[in-house]
Amino acid sequence: MEKPHDRGGWDITDPIDQGEHPVMDWERRLAALGRVLPPGRFMSTDVSRRGIESIPLDQYSTMAYWERRLVGMETRLVDQGLLTAEEIDQKAAELEAGWSVLDEQIDLP
Amino acid sequence: MSRLTFPKYQPGDRVRVSSKPAKGHSRTPRYVQGMPGVIRKLHGSFRNPESLAYGGSGTPRQPLYLVEFEQSELWALYQGAAVDKLWIDLYQHWLEPLED
Repeated sequence: MEKPHDRGGWDITDPIDQGEHPVMDWERRLAALGRVLPPGRFMSTDVSRRGIESIPLDQYSTMAYWERRLVGMETRLVDQGLLTAEEIDQKAAELEAGWSVLDEQIDLP
Repeated sequence: MSRLTFPKYQPGDRVRVSSKPAKGHSRTPRYVQGMPGVIRKLHGSFRNPESLAYGGSGTPRQPLYLVEFEQSELWALYQGAAVDKLWIDLYQHWLEPLED
């Protein structure tokens, strides 16, 4: 099966987007979370790479760099039994609900 | 149990990269799998990333070699110079001896 990182010899039709974008707050948080996870089972170059490389190709190609890092981190936290996918989805839903309340309270000029 | 796999190859030895499909994480790109190459250097022995990637111990350590390939053999449509080489690091368990 083709994996997204193992692309030597692939035909490339679209040019690689080398543009920059503003750093988002959640990207900083993700980078920080990666630093506080215990080394070894949860955080190592090998574990991190494997999580990102196992993203299905069709999804990988539509994701930005930090989105891939996020999915990779979720994969290994679930694989190692620290969290379940349900717990992550539930927390995300709670946070999202909280944000929409905040949105309603803000009076935009 | 041995924590180390001893090096089988020396610089100058001809090898072929295994073409077994990697089930999980590996550091052996597909474009060298099944290809003949020449050992150029032994880097040392290192924990196996195919085990480390799943939270394993990475032991026994695997010898890691610098292996040389002919670019013209790797790429059917290669248009560079005939002497161009690819040097890449490969773990011993991916290599098979190749008789001259």
